[in-house]
Amino acid sequence: MLKINNLSKSFNKDSDERIDIFHGFNLQIEENKCTAIIGANGCGKSTLLNLISGSLMADQGEFILKGKDIGKLSEEKRAIHIGRVHQDPSMGVSPTLTILENMSLADKKGEGFSLRKLVHKGKIPKYVELLKDLDLGLEDKLDTQVKYLSGGQRQSLSLVMASMKFPDLLLLDEHTAALDPKTSHVVMKKTKELIEKYKMTTIMISHNMKDAIDYSDRVIMLDKGQVILDKPSKDLTEEELMDIYRKKLVEHLM
Amino acid sequence: MKLLLTSVEQGLIFAVLAMGVFLTYKILDIADLSVEGTFPFGAFLFARFVSSGINPILSTFLAFCLGSLAGLLTTTLFTRLKIKPILAGILTMTILYSVNLKINGKSNIPLFSYGSIYDLGSTLLILIIIVLIVKILLDLFLKTETGYLLIATGDNEVLVKSLGENSNKYKLIGLMLANGLVALSGALMAQHQGFVDITMGAGIIVVALASIIIGDTIKKNSNILKNTTRAIIGAIIYKIIGGIAIDLGLNPNDLRAINAIIVIVFIAYNNTASNLFKLKGKGGAKNA
Repeated sequence: MLKINNLSKSFNKDSDERIDIFHGFNLQIEENKCTAIIGANGCGKSTLLNLISGSLMADQGEFILKGKDIGKLSEEKRAIHIGRVHQDPSMGVSPTLTILENMSLADKKGEGFSLRKLVHKGKIPKYVELLKDLDLGLEDKLDTQVKYLSGGQRQSLSLVMASMKFPDLLLLDEHTAALDPKTSHVVMKKTKELIEKYKMTTIMISHNMKDAIDYSDRVIMLDKGQVILDKPSKDLTEEELMDIYRKKLVEHLM
Repeated sequence: MKLLLTSVEQGLIFAVLAMGVFLTYKILDIADLSVEGTFPFGAFLFARFVSSGINPILSTFLAFCLGSLAGLLTTTLFTRLKIKPILAGILTMTILYSVNLKINGKSNIPLFSYGSIYDLGSTLLILIIIVLIVKILLDLFLKTETGYLLIATGDNEVLVKSLGENSNKYKLIGLMLANGLVALSGALMAQHQGFVDITMGAGIIVVALASIIIGDTIKKNSNILKNTTRAIIGAIIYKIIGGIAIDLGLNPNDLRAINAIIVIVFIAYNNTASNLFKLKGKGGAKNA
């Protein structure tokens, strides 16, 4: 479980353009569930993800992950507990390395990197098994450099790499937004299967209301750094979400 | 024949330089200009040690070890003090210019009266052995966990962070190793030509880049040729072409401009060719 307590974050603190994006923000993310966070641009959802992962440091507040405050840890120290898939498919992989080499790197996460050989043939069956789950035939391309893969294949590989060591928390940062609708659907389906199979505590940011309802257990809508909706996905319809979304948009325009 | 032999020998010395620069330029994607200072730095260090009575082999090895400190300085400048890598390299190079003059208190030192690593046997054979040792160790290193993270750091720093590692550590390792190799190359060159001179580093980055780029064009799409092998072959071809050009009456001073033009033409060709490819293809990842 992730507990966010009393989170505050401001941008441009010493100028007239000061933005207080979060002020005394609290949120609990349930264990082994997928929580979708939605909201218009500027609502704070990406900032929240960056604050959790440590790419941005909070001004104040705690991030209690499995009973430990990770809020003071550097981004790379937090990364040991957190898996993240970015929007840009090239962010989660090393393009000049092969699939096998990328998987081998991901497999060492959190264990420290020494002067021992990285790639071990004995681990190939394990990687093949993981890649087979994706159903994209990547298991037959272990020696292909990742730069030759399509965006969808790369994003699926990123997902496997990010979840390989069963992180305490998986962050999905609009990870299908850069893909075409068909590929996006496939990756989303695979994501759900993986999350359910390995029971991963997941936060998923999405712009797509339908995806948010279909692929999560709980939907949270943010507006100006505050939770304005928090419901189980099964109790929500796309129309209902769109309605609130439109109302908020109009409010902002007024 | 003598000319060809000298060219091959000097090519092998430049191969060590090219393998060092390959680490920064190709793997880490950093244009480390400090090597212009590190190359003579290695030579001056060698001169200092050998003239104080230290054995030439140990002196050469010490030049490698201390030369790596140039990489420590450059990396500190750009990771801790947030100075742009290209400027950090120029600053290190400038500092080294003064340091090099201080090491022996002179800008030119003849080495003929001292021993050299080539006294051990055939110069060519000794150089081949040194180049092979460097190549094999470098290839082995790049297959280790740390080596792969060095490659990943040049490729995608976000991934390195997500693996729980600080990418600056790998930049430091890469730059120290690279500068150590460049200093080693400088020490080998000093012993080969029999003197150390403050100007011996001028334009050396272009020589290194030209070697790497020439090496890259050999069997371009073959994965079998390792990058270190390419750097070695590139440096030898470069030196042989340069040797022939000078033998045909080309002024050695004009060679520098030709080096630079080789680099410009090859990089321009590679860049335009990849652009053409992008226009034809459907394009890769669309970055948001």
